[in-house]
Amino acid sequence: MSTEPGAGIPVAEEAREALEAARREGRGLTETERAIAGAEAMTTQEALASIEAASETTPGSRRPMVINLGPQHPSTHGVLRLVTELDGEVIRDLHPVIGYLHTGIEKQCENKTYWQAITLVTRMDYLASYFNIHAYTSAVEKLLGLEVPDRAQYLRVIMSELNRITSHLVWLGTSGLELGAITVFFYSYGERDKALDLGEMIAGERMNTRFFQVGGCADDMPPGFETRLRAFLQELPSRIDEYEDLLSSNPIWIDRTKGVGILPPEQLIDLGVTGPALRAAGVDLDLRKTAPYSGYEHFDFQVPLGVSGDAYDRYSVRLREMRESVRIIEQALDGMPEGGHIADDRKVVLPPRAELATSMEALIHHFKLVTEGFRVPEGEAYSAVESPRGELACYVVADGSPKPRRVHMRDPSFVNLQALRPMARGAYLADLITMIGSLDNVMGGVDR
Amino acid sequence: MSEVRSTIESAVPGAVIDEHLHAGEVTVEVDRGLLLDVARFVKGPPLTFVLLSDVSCADFPEHPQRFRLAYHLFSLDTGARLRLRVWAGIEPEVESVTGVWATANWHEREVYDMFGVRFRNHPDLARILMPLDWEGHPLRRDYPLGGEEVQFTDAV
Repeated sequence: MSTEPGAGIPVAEEAREALEAARREGRGLTETERAIAGAEAMTTQEALASIEAASETTPGSRRPMVINLGPQHPSTHGVLRLVTELDGEVIRDLHPVIGYLHTGIEKQCENKTYWQAITLVTRMDYLASYFNIHAYTSAVEKLLGLEVPDRAQYLRVIMSELNRITSHLVWLGTSGLELGAITVFFYSYGERDKALDLGEMIAGERMNTRFFQVGGCADDMPPGFETRLRAFLQELPSRIDEYEDLLSSNPIWIDRTKGVGILPPEQLIDLGVTGPALRAAGVDLDLRKTAPYSGYEHFDFQVPLGVSGDAYDRYSVRLREMRESVRIIEQALDGMPEGGHIADDRKVVLPPRAELATSMEALIHHFKLVTEGFRVPEGEAYSAVESPRGELACYVVADGSPKPRRVHMRDPSFVNLQALRPMARGAYLADLITMIGSLDNVMGGVDR
Repeated sequence: MSEVRSTIESAVPGAVIDEHLHAGEVTVEVDRGLLLDVARFVKGPPLTFVLLSDVSCADFPEHPQRFRLAYHLFSLDTGARLRLRVWAGIEPEVESVTGVWATANWHEREVYDMFGVRFRNHPDLARILMPLDWEGHPLRRDYPLGGEEVQFTDAV
């Protein structure tokens, strides 16, 4: 690539440089590279010519028109770029181009101690930050063989489900917005704000918290939290009724979502799709039931399933999931076990703040943990949680030092986005927006 | 010896090199040349690992084989998980499993992008997160953290 200062990166040049890079490695251009290069090599005249060619009416004489959707198209849920080959309004082929939000978090984690890395992983899928840290901390706990107290597990369940609600509310608002149903956005963001306030109350931050620590949670519920949370839970089901009133039987919403983005369940599994997108197709896979973690086996809840697997079913599954989340949180509050909110292992967990003023031992532990961090015995662990978008897992490789050898996130947005191409082929361009919306990809998670 | 290991061994003789049980997880180390055979076998009955959750890699410069791939599998029928481990070698190249699990496509592209592991018979082995013309593979241990030119610095 051109590295001389001041060169910048002209768009068409990237295509030529891709070719050079491929030559360097002694290979031809791959499919994606060709598509990107083709889209970028096009001058204005060529684009006009291809539009003219596309408007010819003789069958078979049309050349596909290549359109770059993104990287900042308002309806693409973040910095996603789609190199789309169009035949009139029909999508012939589509190449998702990702990486615009790549921040090298996995690389940075290797250069941080285990407790510092929590701050980084929480920022991957920024709408599901609790799930990111849940996957990461439980992988580290697995490697340490650390037992998490029951109360901490219940607190984790509460915050995770609250996070699932806020994530689904963002999805609902933005998906409505994309399809022209602007009203629902104002409704859903109002509730989301209340849920974020609760998060702020318990974790000190609204979105990218590090509330889950290795060994448990950073703190217990503050006074007044439970009352406020219960009031929120009391209100939410009636709010969900309102959203359903706005959309479920709205003829435009039905027209835009019914029968859109269907893939057979076997193909979805083959593509690695998990979460609501898979459950909408009738496949009963929810890690909270299939492989319970963090005490989910104690709660009574349903796994909402769809029938046809279209965008409407995904919508309906997500709304029903929010209702189930309300039930889970209520049960967790009712059955909240006594005990500590974090494990009592001074070699891993910071001592209580109050002890630092009186206990020399606590001070030494605190100093060691903050400066050097804790060492994790050699090994590898893969820990998965059911995030709002599907299986979110963390793979940690430890080499015995205080820093991880490798942290890898299996992000459901990244995997689910692969389904977009087979889904969109042969569909109308307008439906593409519905499909992207219904898959609910968060680009921070896709690119990490 | 675990049941999974013996099942794989009897179906694909000579494929399993080693087995590790750690932190409650089963890892089966597989011979690089027989990875595709093992992949085809574990996907079907009796093991039914139809969902490939994840493909990732870790770099061990001190190890003679250097790049260690991990394939995380999940069975929808039993809820069981299995990790296949493959050492990719100094000039890392393994067979692509895209033909067995379509989801491997992007995972393998990511591993190629980040570690430079080449996957034979991959349909579209292009970079995925880094720009197409990026030089080097950022998640290798010898790739420095920081120090690279920040893109668009001079474009202001």
